[in-house]
Amino acid sequence: MYPRNFEYVAVESIDEAVEALSSSEFAKVMSGGMSLIPMMKLRLLSPETVVDIGRVGGLDQITDNGDHVSIGGLVRHRDIAVSELVPQALRQAASWTGDPQVRNRGTTCGAVAHADLAADQTAAVLALGATMVVQGPSGTREVLADDWFVDTMTSALEPDEILTEIRIPQRAGGTAYDKLGRRGGHTDYAVAGVAAWVAKDNGSISDCRIALTGVGSKPTLASGAVEALIGTDGSESAIADAAARATEDVTVLEDLYGSEEYKAHLAGVYVKRAVTQALAAAG
Amino acid sequence: MRGSILGAAVKRAEDPRFVRGEGRYIDDMRVEGAVWMACVRSPLAHGRITSIDIDEASRAPGVIGVYTGTDFGAYRMPIPAVGAHESTARPIIASDVVRFAGELVAVVVAESREAASDAASLVWPEFDSLPVVVDPRRAAGQDAPLLFPEAGSNVVVSGGDESEDDPVSGAEVVIGLELENQRVAAIPLEPNNALAIPDDAGNLELWVGTQSVHLARNRIFKTLGLDRDRLRVRVPDMGGGFGAKISPYPEQILCAAIALELGRPVRWQEDRIENLAAMSHGRAQFHKVRLGATAEGRITGLDWNVIADGGAYPLEGAVLAGYTRRMAAGPYDIPAIRFRWRGVVTNTAPTDAYRGAGRPEATMTLERLMDLLAVELDLDPVEIRQRNFITEFPMTTAVGERYDSGAYSDALDLARDLVGYDELRTEQKRRREGNDRFQIGIGVSSYVEVTAPDGRKEWGAVEVTPDEVVVYSGASSHGQGHETTFTQLVADVLGVERDRIRFVQGDTASIAHGGGTMGSRSMQLAGSAVVGAGESVIEKARRIAAHVSEAAVEDIVMLDNGTIGVAGVPDSGRSLFQLAEIAADPANLPDGEEPGLGADHTWVQEAATIPFGTHISVVELDTETGDVRLIRHAACDDCGVIFNRMIVDGQVHGGVAQGAGQALLERVVYDDAGNLQNANLTTYLMPTATNLPLIQIDHTVTPTDQNVLGAKGIGEAGTIGSGPAVVNAVHDAMAPFGVRHLDMPLTSARVWAAIS
Repeated sequence: MYPRNFEYVAVESIDEAVEALSSSEFAKVMSGGMSLIPMMKLRLLSPETVVDIGRVGGLDQITDNGDHVSIGGLVRHRDIAVSELVPQALRQAASWTGDPQVRNRGTTCGAVAHADLAADQTAAVLALGATMVVQGPSGTREVLADDWFVDTMTSALEPDEILTEIRIPQRAGGTAYDKLGRRGGHTDYAVAGVAAWVAKDNGSISDCRIALTGVGSKPTLASGAVEALIGTDGSESAIADAAARATEDVTVLEDLYGSEEYKAHLAGVYVKRAVTQALAAAG
Repeated sequence: MRGSILGAAVKRAEDPRFVRGEGRYIDDMRVEGAVWMACVRSPLAHGRITSIDIDEASRAPGVIGVYTGTDFGAYRMPIPAVGAHESTARPIIASDVVRFAGELVAVVVAESREAASDAASLVWPEFDSLPVVVDPRRAAGQDAPLLFPEAGSNVVVSGGDESEDDPVSGAEVVIGLELENQRVAAIPLEPNNALAIPDDAGNLELWVGTQSVHLARNRIFKTLGLDRDRLRVRVPDMGGGFGAKISPYPEQILCAAIALELGRPVRWQEDRIENLAAMSHGRAQFHKVRLGATAEGRITGLDWNVIADGGAYPLEGAVLAGYTRRMAAGPYDIPAIRFRWRGVVTNTAPTDAYRGAGRPEATMTLERLMDLLAVELDLDPVEIRQRNFITEFPMTTAVGERYDSGAYSDALDLARDLVGYDELRTEQKRRREGNDRFQIGIGVSSYVEVTAPDGRKEWGAVEVTPDEVVVYSGASSHGQGHETTFTQLVADVLGVERDRIRFVQGDTASIAHGGGTMGSRSMQLAGSAVVGAGESVIEKARRIAAHVSEAAVEDIVMLDNGTIGVAGVPDSGRSLFQLAEIAADPANLPDGEEPGLGADHTWVQEAATIPFGTHISVVELDTETGDVRLIRHAACDDCGVIFNRMIVDGQVHGGVAQGAGQALLERVVYDDAGNLQNANLTTYLMPTATNLPLIQIDHTVTPTDQNVLGAKGIGEAGTIGSGPAVVNAVHDAMAPFGVRHLDMPLTSARVWAAIS
């Protein structure tokens, strides 16, 4: 199908973009357009105005800021996938997002703002404890990943705000992301995916975060699994205990690709796999 | 004489323009004054139309007209399913009752594509809903809601063997199986479309993406009651058909009708969502089978019942089980077969031919039965097949199909060597004993196919002018590469370079007759026709050369330098192009010879040809998740004599992808209310390059006696052979878990549920 008529505004700055968003009844920000354009063509979304931020300078950088790595609003999945500054979980998630065309066009901030329930990088930013920096008419504000994902395709972003940056804290420990894709292996959206960050201290797990995707209505922290893991030595049985509690905090939803029972099972399998890989990376 | 280029892997002449984006498809054509049609489709699977409010749409910017069943609902398409009640004829637009979600209820014609699309969303149809039936097994039952009350039953067609004798009675071993061959979508890269251009004299030039311009013309002029000679149907480059573009569609006929009404060119281009909802689907058969065998594993009989889901209107899909029946014996010597089928209507999109069209369904069921028999008797899948292969040819099977030639064991042995079967079995044993998380499964599928199953007549012509050779074919390439292979054939017959040959197809004005391209018929029928035409051209050239050289025709030959002249007199030679110049002037010709240097030829083939082969698949199963990965696939197909190995192997590649896609991923899903659940390519899962291994290909070559080329079809073999190999491989991987049979698609969710 073809989108309904819409105004197209290509802005040069974020301020200009915010102004464009504020002055329209229904405006959407476009960075890579890899989710927005298909939704417009399906007429699931028919914005009055599309605000293209693709020409805004300075947003395509990944920067080491000491305590955190900053990912600009126009950094593409492909750049994330090959960046040595980015933790493994997010790199892996970016490398399994879409196909080569999507990865070279779509942006990580766009994917996180879009908040698809089966996306990969959403789980990674949640497990990594990222902070989202958004800019709106009243200036900038920061939102923790824990508060970002509100519901299916709904984030904490207000209609007149733009996600301009994701800050990934630089912490000790290892990270990993693993999933089963809808087309098998790692191909396509996650039937179930798990991102994990694990820190060890003196041979025991001192802290960790585990996030699920594809299983419920939104990316969700698996706090039961985290609780089971912290303080243990990360042995096979400790990981199995954590895996058994994978879906304690989430209402598992059936879809075309799996029953509730299957998705709950996969969540456990991928908690095990992601935590095992993260532990190996933590050394 | 120069060496023949037949058999060489000549690169495809059409590819440079395709890969550079220089192909010319209907949507690329620019036509002055053309208006656009957009479709309004029923959101309901079954309902009576009570009203359609078109006022708002009619007033929308750019709108020229809004048309409903009131305008065109009386036009009904011919019923291809012979025997179906006349009330089941498909209207080109619903006038009273809608029978599937996606059926046309109105069209909007506007000055631009965008204006037409926008206005289409302002048409408001209202319905009284009627009870819905989606599952054909339920639809065939006594208490199901009827789609066509006048027909008295949803079982609108049936056929097969009437015998009361049970072919399985007395068998030492009986294997029973119920199997669903699920509904899938054809998904050509280019969706449906049409461009209808009327002239002032009442003639219509209709461009349509079709596999057969003549079939399209005939169905359309009959539907609209037009004068046949006023309708010219053409197709430019076309992005695939896979059987779903054999028959014309209501939208295409409406374009023609509205163009004639408005006196302006009207065009329509389907999008992908419409394509998934409205283009005919394929497969959709439910099988219930019993196979009888001796304790040594020799098959004694087969009792086979099919319910075919025809969808909302009985098109070919309702009757394709007739082809399933013709292949019921497969490559095996089966003394007794009773095969009965019923074609049933349901509140879903109509079904039609899809790569293989009834024949892959036979192979899938038969190859599952062979593996179940092997398991029952504790025999290797290779061994059970070898014990039952037909070895004497020609022969006629229990269902009456003539098998021309074959060497079934040879193809199986070749596939077995190619894939390294024995080593794989050793590796499988090791992993099973080691309780490995990743288990492997090896699946064997031996098949025959019935190619050029009917309509075995095809026309071709060759015309030599002073500048070029023009080849005309009644086949209609839409990805098959005829521009390459047919010019190869003619270049060889005429002894001219391929770059001096132009290829013409897909136009009822320049092609006298044509069946089009389907059923793996093109090389054997249309190839034989152009070769026959080429040979007639040579004969004529010899007569003309004899006349101008004042020599006897018997003394005129093709000389070593490729010219035509007197044997032993090299200087007497004239090129075909020189002879064409001579032939243009009647004064130069012997009495009774028509001017020009051209000839046509109609090739009629007596019987279908029966290619065959064996595919072996290897899958790796992650036993923790049910995730199945196709890691190896060996295809050994015998399509008789091969004229371009690259094109033949390309057909195998695509066919394997489609067979594996159905085996592992693809399924059109309707909910109980008849709502399509996966009408886009995010949710309808097609295989991509990441889902497929490098396909190992080899061929045995067993010529047919049925045509001058010795060729059999190859277009559908890859799909027919591969699907069962993949499915059998997954079952082999699941064997330690005691899983007997799972229906396709063998998704990770289904496999995990079965093994956990």
